[in-house]
Amino acid sequence: MSDFFVTIRDLYFSRGDREIFSGVSLDIPEGKVTAIMGPSGTGKTTLLRLMGGQLRPDRGSVIVQGLEIPSLKRKALYQARRRMGMLFQSGALLTDLSVFENIAFPIREHYSFPESIIRDIVLLKLELVGLRGARDLMPSELSGGMARRVALARAIVLDPTLMMYDEPFTGLDPVTLGTIVSLIKELNCSLGMTSVVVSHDIHETFSIADHVCILSEGKLAAQGSPEELMNSESEFVQQFVQGKPDGPIPFHFPAEPLEQDILGKDMSGKSAL
Amino acid sequence: MILNFLQSIGAYVLDAFASLGRASLFLMQVLMGIKDVLLRPRLLIRELYSVGVLSLLIIVFSAIFVGMVLSLLGYVTLVDFGAESSLGVLVSLSLIRELGPVLSALLFSGRAGSALTAEIGLMKATEQLASMEMMAVDPIRRIVTPRFLAGFISLPLLTIIFMALGIYAGYLVGSVWLGVDEGSYWSQMQNKVEFWHDVVNGIIKSVVFGFVVTWIAVYQGYNAMPTSEGVSRATTNSVVYSALAVLGLDFILTAIMFI
Repeated sequence: MSDFFVTIRDLYFSRGDREIFSGVSLDIPEGKVTAIMGPSGTGKTTLLRLMGGQLRPDRGSVIVQGLEIPSLKRKALYQARRRMGMLFQSGALLTDLSVFENIAFPIREHYSFPESIIRDIVLLKLELVGLRGARDLMPSELSGGMARRVALARAIVLDPTLMMYDEPFTGLDPVTLGTIVSLIKELNCSLGMTSVVVSHDIHETFSIADHVCILSEGKLAAQGSPEELMNSESEFVQQFVQGKPDGPIPFHFPAEPLEQDILGKDMSGKSAL
Repeated sequence: MILNFLQSIGAYVLDAFASLGRASLFLMQVLMGIKDVLLRPRLLIRELYSVGVLSLLIIVFSAIFVGMVLSLLGYVTLVDFGAESSLGVLVSLSLIRELGPVLSALLFSGRAGSALTAEIGLMKATEQLASMEMMAVDPIRRIVTPRFLAGFISLPLLTIIFMALGIYAGYLVGSVWLGVDEGSYWSQMQNKVEFWHDVVNGIIKSVVFGFVVTWIAVYQGYNAMPTSEGVSRATTNSVVYSALAVLGLDFILTAIMFI
């Protein structure tokens, strides 16, 4: 078996007329934290959904732990998902259940454990994210950062071998941000998971990632360790990691020139009047 | 010009058939989850409460007022012909054959159908359904099927309550208030209303309406665009399509059953 936990080959995926991926190939090493980065709209979240089998590619293969995800039948796909965890950007907690019940939800759905065991598992997972005292709160009573930590506890409750994080650092205060960053690294080491983090946040992501893949315009634009990318001579990589406004990554969405848009096609200004 | 018109009609028809196909596939998935729900009756009981029991109030009040109005108008008309003793027949046949099933279904789609659509649509918009998929829990079987079954079971029961209360409210107005002979009201009803032809057919109508209204509601919710506008549009569509489907099916069923 290969050292790669996830292998993606020649992946094509479109939404309507818009091509998201046109021949992406990348590998995610086992037991490491891999970051998927890239400008907005490059399909980072879509890639996670393809790995989780929530979307099917137009062409190409997505192999997770030796399983060809797009060709799995429903039952096999749901079996494979028991070994996956995903932290959604919004947390996606079930709003009619308390924090405790949210975390107990996957256990209750898949196993018929006695209540005392479920309680112990849930409290241990809540302890990991520092929210054991918030077990009786409802999702509407949680702050954004707390909701994300609860969602993280729920995502790891079945001890997944692959953990996917969708924009885990967005919109958090500095303290919560630091907590989430260290949690991702700690969980990866202590639970022996393979982690995939989708993010734009260079500083936080580079601080925990072992391997970084940068996507752009439907392809894998660069990959390597954070140090390799920081020292890369590629103009694109430098613009991305340093956040420069000018460079190969355009600021503007494709459009006709501003003068033409305002003055009209014949540049006479009639359209503006 | 004409070609464009024909083209747009063709596109509309194709789109309608494609939607019907998607809705049928969705229904198959929902029905395949029934076994799982029956093995976990707690899921169904919870939904029966929120879909059925919570709809009871609007059904009870509407039934009472509809029964009273029917009786009042029926009396005004019948008394001119000296036929007010047939008031019980008029009220009961109207409610059992037509008004009970149709009004219950319309009220149910406004109260419970729209709530089902909005709830499922919002769960989709807030990624709760996607998160269930990633927890290896099928959202159709866990969320949609119990709601579908609850709607399907609730509406016929609500319709029976509607019919019974409407008839009793008609009696209160006709006999207690307007003075129609109590014996005539009930005995004529007993003579003229046939259990199999009238009552059972009325209930069959409500079973069909329950199936269709709940199917439309859960399908619209599950396929709502995951935005606030999308959920709002799905909720409106759910009520409008349900109303049209109920009225259209009512004509077909009435033609089959009573002609």
